[in-house]
Amino acid sequence: MTVFNRVESHRKAEDAVYDKTILAGDGWIHELKPGQVLRIVDLEGNQAADTLFYDADNPEDHYSAIATIARQENIYLTAGTTLLTESGKELLTIVADTCGRHDTLGGACSAQSNTVRYAHDKLHMHNCRDTFMLQLAQSDDERYLKRDLAPNINFFMNVPVTPEGGLTFEDGVSSPGAYVEMTAHIRTIVLISNCPQLNNPCNAYNPTPVRVLIWNE
Amino acid sequence: MTALWRSTIAGGGKWSGTVGRGKRITFTALEDGANLSLLMYHAHDPSERYNMPDTLKAQHTSHLTTGNVLMSDNGRVLASIVQDSTGWNDPIGGYTTKEQTDRKYGVTTYQEKRNERYRNGRDNFSVELVRSGLSVRDLMPPLNLFAKVYCDENGRMHHVPGHCKKGDAVSLRTELDLLLIVSNTPNPFDKRTGYPSVPVQIEVSAAEPVSLSDDACVNHCSENRRAFENTWAYHALRG
Ligand SMILES: [Zn+2]
Repeated sequence: MTVFNRVESHRKAEDAVYDKTILAGDGWIHELKPGQVLRIVDLEGNQAADTLFYDADNPEDHYSAIATIARQENIYLTAGTTLLTESGKELLTIVADTCGRHDTLGGACSAQSNTVRYAHDKLHMHNCRDTFMLQLAQSDDERYLKRDLAPNINFFMNVPVTPEGGLTFEDGVSSPGAYVEMTAHIRTIVLISNCPQLNNPCNAYNPTPVRVLIWNE
Repeated sequence: MTALWRSTIAGGGKWSGTVGRGKRITFTALEDGANLSLLMYHAHDPSERYNMPDTLKAQHTSHLTTGNVLMSDNGRVLASIVQDSTGWNDPIGGYTTKEQTDRKYGVTTYQEKRNERYRNGRDNFSVELVRSGLSVRDLMPPLNLFAKVYCDENGRMHHVPGHCKKGDAVSLRTELDLLLIVSNTPNPFDKRTGYPSVPVQIEVSAAEPVSLSDDACVNHCSENRRAFENTWAYHALRG
């Protein structure tokens, strides 16, 4: 039986030191200090927040899906999961999660993968990897290039894998107002693309906003 | 097919090289229980590389075998799996680190063990990446040939012992000029306590011409066909 681990947070929005809504299709890049807590809220439900992390003091060291899932021997992320870099350094730990399962194998959509997955004429459509690259282009931080776009986390996405080796995109297990909350262990760069995918039924073809909140502890 | 080149990667060993398009690379396990980890980059622009998520979601699979292709992050086919006697190669198990290797198999040093020391995937890949002008920032999820790691319904990952038999072989057909990096180091999910690494032969020959109407990889699904069309467009433009 599928078990979901749902853990609520005691933190209140009014105590947050940072509060911003990322509209559907927009991106966000931000640095977390050690000890700060980031909450991502799925405001309307079944949205995908495509997220990458970097060790801010060592930008060559990106979030690693493989190191993270290997440490816990489980492909899904939830409360209790520690997110690791490629070198095995601890970036953040998920401390609350009212969704219960997040995808780490599905990666980010791109113009080129849209042509492969859907049709060649989807090339022009807005996509997560363009958002990542626009955020990198517009930020003052010149340390990051396309080569640093490692496989990301899709918060709130449900991408079940079967024992027979299948992989499917299911309707979300998220709901309006569901959130995931994580504490940073080190200075961490967060890069989010709030997915604009219009070809995948799992968000009912209607991308919606997410909200990010930060507390100092 | 006449082999253009043949080599054996010793247990714990590594190799990297540029393999032009239109080649057939056959990897053969010379003993039971092989695991060969591959990283793949486009030789002319290594920022284009094998992308595990794009490969899996386009083909609706979490394992790779005959008929599947290895896609780049740029919507193109780097290589096709044209033959596979194992039925399952592992794209999610990752590579070993020195810490894991020391913990599972014991600490070995060059000073004590010389070249019998236990090598790990991360160090092997790091050396070969730097050799090619890349660095640890280019480390990505590898493809583990000969290994089976499956997930139960709660997402827990399980390595299947005894999956690879002596003589098992996997053949890739290169669709772009590739920088190929291999590390013959254990699968991180392998539960065996002795350092499980056995020699693997690599043999490269010219690939058979692709028959568009009945090629198993081109026609595996419409996603694969479109990824090939993107690849052919690249070659048409480059000339
Ligand atoms: Zn997306």
